[in-house]
Amino acid sequence: MPSRRRALLILLLLAVAASASVAVSLTTGSVHLAPLEVLRALCGEDAGLGGDVVRGLRLPRALAGLACGGLLALAGALMQVLLKNPLADPYVLGVSGGASVGALTAMLFGLPLLALHAGAFGGALAAMLLVFGLAHGEGSWTQTRLLLTGVIVAAGCGALVALILSIAPEHQLRGMLFWLMGDLSQTESAWPALLVLAVGLACVLPFSRDLGLLARGELSARALGVPTERLRLLIYALASLLTAVAVNLAGSIGFIGLIVPHLVRLAAGNDLRLLLPAAVLAGGTLLVVADTLARVVVAPQQLPVGVLTALLGVPVFLYLLSRQPQRNES
Amino acid sequence: MTDVSSALLAVRDLNIAVVGRTLVAGLQLTVETGETLVILGRNGSGKTTLLHTLANLRAPAAGQVELCGRPYDDYEPRAAAHLRGLLTQSQNDSFPSSVLETALIGRHPHLGRWAWEGAADERIALTALAAVGLAGLEQRQVSSLSGGERQRLAIATLLTQQPRLYLLDEPLAHLDLGHQIAILELVQRYASENRAGFILALHDVNLALRYCRRALLLFGDGRWIAGPSKEVLTSENLSALYGHPLQVVGTGASSYFIAA
Repeated sequence: MPSRRRALLILLLLAVAASASVAVSLTTGSVHLAPLEVLRALCGEDAGLGGDVVRGLRLPRALAGLACGGLLALAGALMQVLLKNPLADPYVLGVSGGASVGALTAMLFGLPLLALHAGAFGGALAAMLLVFGLAHGEGSWTQTRLLLTGVIVAAGCGALVALILSIAPEHQLRGMLFWLMGDLSQTESAWPALLVLAVGLACVLPFSRDLGLLARGELSARALGVPTERLRLLIYALASLLTAVAVNLAGSIGFIGLIVPHLVRLAAGNDLRLLLPAAVLAGGTLLVVADTLARVVVAPQQLPVGVLTALLGVPVFLYLLSRQPQRNES
Repeated sequence: MTDVSSALLAVRDLNIAVVGRTLVAGLQLTVETGETLVILGRNGSGKTTLLHTLANLRAPAAGQVELCGRPYDDYEPRAAAHLRGLLTQSQNDSFPSSVLETALIGRHPHLGRWAWEGAADERIALTALAAVGLAGLEQRQVSSLSGGERQRLAIATLLTQQPRLYLLDEPLAHLDLGHQIAILELVQRYASENRAGFILALHDVNLALRYCRRALLLFGDGRWIAGPSKEVLTSENLSALYGHPLQVVGTGASSYFIAA
């Protein structure tokens, strides 16, 4: 169990890392800008190319990465608690599937960007309500039932996505595939998403000890005075909303929501009071770093960021997992 | 606040039913501080369901349960958790956790929303771990413990909660003979020293007779018998309870029930 001081120290370090990742992202790119120029551009003093690149392209993209990574990591951590399953991720209950169907449908009919966002968000909410309504059924709301319903709805959405891809005209396919793999380049403003992230975190932090007990078992949590029904409803709705906002911002970026809570758990323990805020910061940092790499590694071509998150996340995850048994023995 | 003169637990006209089947009908029961009550019955006779109802984790089909003189509705969930604790039959450990961390969750009802466990809480948890013979294993991962060690950890977590009424669902499960006796002696000691009350669901008739002053027999069809263990635990009653003849061996204080 981390002491409160150690927890704050870890969070401080992660906040520094997150800031550093944004700074690196702002100074990296095909247009070479010195750190001082970037700083001047941020302050609005540079009206030329530098200002446009930093304020118009790099900053929204970095902030979108920060917000999206944080949203997905928080939603993943909450889903793992809700389903008492370490393999749960934000997409396991079909939220991203619903969003994908909505967004791809909008693309298929060549609708404007606004309709694409509306389609993604509407699809996510529809999937969420569908899963919730079906799983709620007779009032028995077990996590097995929830998980099964979610997996089935996600599978159905996957089939619809495949259908849309197979009938879509050639020239739309690339855009659709990039959207499905996750892409931060379409972002105009990340501030609403950052706001949602902050509000979401503020909603769960007061209950983080209760959530820790919930993850250990419904019955014993209730015996210790945790209002489990209300809490599960809260985290279900919240995790789904966070995921919907993230998917709407950048498509379905895989892996962050599954792997970041585990990275934090392996490195700093399973205390949710630390894990939830730490996952937000670590998820944001990881995604900003991955996105920066995605746009510079084979520049001027850009890689889908989801590929990079997996390529970065998998080795780190495997390393932490392999050193875990030794810590247990000692 | 809590009326000191009232019983820890008072049950009136309690009916318990699962999917239309009545398990317990018209149960009357009080448990005072310092008392140990054993619940005996066959599998599925309603021992666990009764314990959950007494802990207010499940609504009764009819009747009232009062904790320290007040119905459960008068309590916030956390306030009730100060007064009664439940040892559940199984514990979940999907996520990694150390022994000390697990014991410390018993402090949850005592901590404010933003509070972290302090040195005092840790002392309480360490004392509880030592009381069940887990001293020295504080930093071990729960997943590396044996079944019996996990069971004792769950008991230590309950001791860390420091309720006044302990509801123990098969506390001796997975324990070897030595630890079975140690836990029952711990229960006896807590009952007399800490002014706590205990209700235990057990399967060992002889240990029940030796360590629990009162007994409640559940027949699983609504019928029940309650009273002092020495009067209620007869070979006649127990044979009817378990559906298998039992006989007494020996005499007086050293008499035992064995399955015929």
